[in-house]
Amino acid sequence: MTSLGANRFLIARRLVQTAVMVLLIGGNLWGWTVLRGNLSSSVVLGVAPLADPFAVLQLLVAGGLLAADVLIGAAITLVFYALLGGRTFCAWVCPMNAVTDLANRLGRRFRTGSGSRRVFGRPARYFILAVALILSAALGTAAFEAVSPIGMLQRGLVFGMGAGWLAVAAVFLFDLLVQKNGFCGHVCPLGAFYALVGRTALLRIDHDHEQCTSCMDCLEVCPENRILDLVGQASGSVLDGVCTNCGRCIEVCPDDALSFSHRKQAMSLESGGS
Amino acid sequence: MARDKGMDRRDFLSRLTAGAAAAAVGGVVWGGFVTEGKSASLVLRPPGALPEPDFLGKCIRCGICVEACPYDTLFLAGPGTAAPTGTPSLVPRDVPCYLCADIPCTSECPTGALELSLVSTENGRTLDVNKTRIGLAVMDYENCIAAWGLRCDACYRACPLIDKAITLEHTRNERTGRHAVLLPKVHTDACTGCGLCERACVVEKAAIFVLPLEVALGRVGDNYIKGWDEGDENRIDDTTGPADEMDSDPLDYLNSGDLQDD
Repeated sequence: MTSLGANRFLIARRLVQTAVMVLLIGGNLWGWTVLRGNLSSSVVLGVAPLADPFAVLQLLVAGGLLAADVLIGAAITLVFYALLGGRTFCAWVCPMNAVTDLANRLGRRFRTGSGSRRVFGRPARYFILAVALILSAALGTAAFEAVSPIGMLQRGLVFGMGAGWLAVAAVFLFDLLVQKNGFCGHVCPLGAFYALVGRTALLRIDHDHEQCTSCMDCLEVCPENRILDLVGQASGSVLDGVCTNCGRCIEVCPDDALSFSHRKQAMSLESGGS
Repeated sequence: MARDKGMDRRDFLSRLTAGAAAAAVGGVVWGGFVTEGKSASLVLRPPGALPEPDFLGKCIRCGICVEACPYDTLFLAGPGTAAPTGTPSLVPRDVPCYLCADIPCTSECPTGALELSLVSTENGRTLDVNKTRIGLAVMDYENCIAAWGLRCDACYRACPLIDKAITLEHTRNERTGRHAVLLPKVHTDACTGCGLCERACVVEKAAIFVLPLEVALGRVGDNYIKGWDEGDENRIDDTTGPADEMDSDPLDYLNSGDLQDD
């Protein structure tokens, strides 16, 4: 058994994800006021609005003149992730993360072969993001929200699942049997949106080349492993916006070469992210 | 993307084109799916909802209206149901809208998909829940037992706007020749579409039921004006037609003096 400390970020992420969903469910079922609504738009303690900035962007291009509440809510969320958190939403809040993490873990253990297949390339998500916005403008409604498995999952948890399990199961099976990290790492336009937003954020994974023994355990677990290109090469921050700050690489590193830190420039390697 | 080692411009452009083509194909399927969901025309929306296309352009599917409703009237449509996934709806036969005076569902909507001004008095200062237009109650007289001549006024008694939105018309029972028929009649100008009548209807499948206004109502168009109704003429003020494209006022036509030349 691995010790608690070796999974500290994983445990913390599951706690945060569960806490957010439990607070939202409590808001609906038991009238709690800490967090009401769902991940698309919510109210904190009855005063502060929060909203999904990508959903709001879709509605804006769909032509809706939105009320101030949801715009303020989206702005708060956007500023938080752009300045501080980066793509943290994906690994720390989104409930689909637990589903795809499980699929990928099972895929590794039972060698389902999903690791070697490539249905979607990494850039596919940016095309899907663009299509989501074009369709929203053309059809006058938030196009990704109409089909989003994340939406169906998180709404389902709070308001009742209906046939939403099918969409969640589809994502799970896709990641398990078809393509490793397929949904979160290649398809999801919300992840792509936060990857673009998160490029400027302060919170970064820091790599210490002095400590690194190039065992490459970190690349094994990283869901976006191309971003760890400085491992074994140079010290510095992982600057690519697609990093979800899940902290998995820090946990598995036997040499303490990786840590959470603020953004630094890479010492010698030409850094990505531009 | 372009940072890949050994990728030249030709590679990049061909990948970009392939990606765009795949996106276009996927987009058509995706768009078709969304369009199909949008065309669900029998869905009833909460009080204060904008007309359906505008509503779908603003609703972020957060469910705050659902949580605000004290009667559990509202629910978010699940995947695989008639309404677009995650948008709020109600089924009056299960739980009607009880027309709360403070209209919490509309008040708490963060996006304006539910618009307070649609359920407020003219000056916008005070809420007027009777302006709610969830839909319109429609009668099926074939299956209304009151229309058969039996004594039933369940819908009339249940109506929160009794004698305004539903009245009882006293008519003669032609079948027996000596009884009255008390016929429920819905009045479009007052009916909120709350569905308390539909909920109360005693027959197996309600003979009075709420339909969205778009479905329940016809449209006269600009051809007919109520001459006896002052102001009805204003309805056609914005009408455009061939007369707008003429150089001169059509009224001058008869006076222009060229008629015999043609």
